[in-house]
Amino acid sequence: MGQTKAASDHEHKGHGSFTAYVVGFLLSIVLTIIPLVVVLNDMLHRTGTIVLILAAAVLQFAVQLVFFMHLKEGENAKWNIMALILGLIILLTIVAGSIWIMTYNAVAH
Amino acid sequence: MAHATATAHTGEHAHGHDHEHEHESMKTFGFWLFLITDCILFGTLFATYVVLRGNTSGGPTPAELFEMPGIIAETFILLTSSFTSGLAVLAMNRGRKNQLIGWLAVTALLGAAFIALEMLEFVNMVHEGATIATSAFLSSFFVLVGTHGLHVSLGLIWMIGLMLQLRKRGITPVTKRKVDVICLYWHFLDVVWIFVFTVVYLMGVM
Repeated sequence: MGQTKAASDHEHKGHGSFTAYVVGFLLSIVLTIIPLVVVLNDMLHRTGTIVLILAAAVLQFAVQLVFFMHLKEGENAKWNIMALILGLIILLTIVAGSIWIMTYNAVAH
Repeated sequence: MAHATATAHTGEHAHGHDHEHEHESMKTFGFWLFLITDCILFGTLFATYVVLRGNTSGGPTPAELFEMPGIIAETFILLTSSFTSGLAVLAMNRGRKNQLIGWLAVTALLGAAFIALEMLEFVNMVHEGATIATSAFLSSFFVLVGTHGLHVSLGLIWMIGLMLQLRKRGITPVTKRKVDVICLYWHFLDVVWIFVFTVVYLMGVM
């Protein structure tokens, strides 16, 4: 997916436009306000709130990566994405594995 | 790397500093790898926090302790600083040295305001008797949030040093790479904070 973008970006190295930064900034503000309002006003039940605020955080991560950190641009884009995916796999294993073993297997000890 | 043929088959790559450019972009990639390992470090601290946050040992609970107005201010300050560091990169790409240093200074000021608010928050908590030794929840809290604060503080020192270097040497391939790298670092810290905000504070007060 990043390949075509990287190829078109090759001729000119000036990545990121003012518009992209403004859009990214506005999106990140909206994605912060939504979970804030929902949590502070108790608008949803517990599970719903957790799903919503985690989804907003992940979306915000994506916004920062694409609009600010230029994940899909530049000649190293493919390597950046591959390193990121490897990192996320390790990260999710640590976080999900820790929560799982400490919550559900706590009885075993 | 099989890039020996690259200059031959792409016509637009004919400029002289090609080799130097390649070198700088490899360094940027190396920094990206550092960020990935930092991501794993924070993941481990988050896992620790999530596992331990119920163990308050009779001490204060997250809901009693966290004061949202300060946290919300910190969040928006850091979001804005992420944006202004992006504006610094834009100014640099247009070759405007003073504008670049100016936006970096705004970013550093916002970062300093963030750190000041966070220290105030920590001091208030300690005054209320919630120290790192009070409970497992507070130990993991101070380590996670403190590590993030330490990253921001180091970023501040680094940014001030870079501003001095920029004033002296101007925008060269080397200082350009350094600005790119510190902005990556700054955006990354913003991402980590979003998860601190969500997992620690929002989930703590709900």
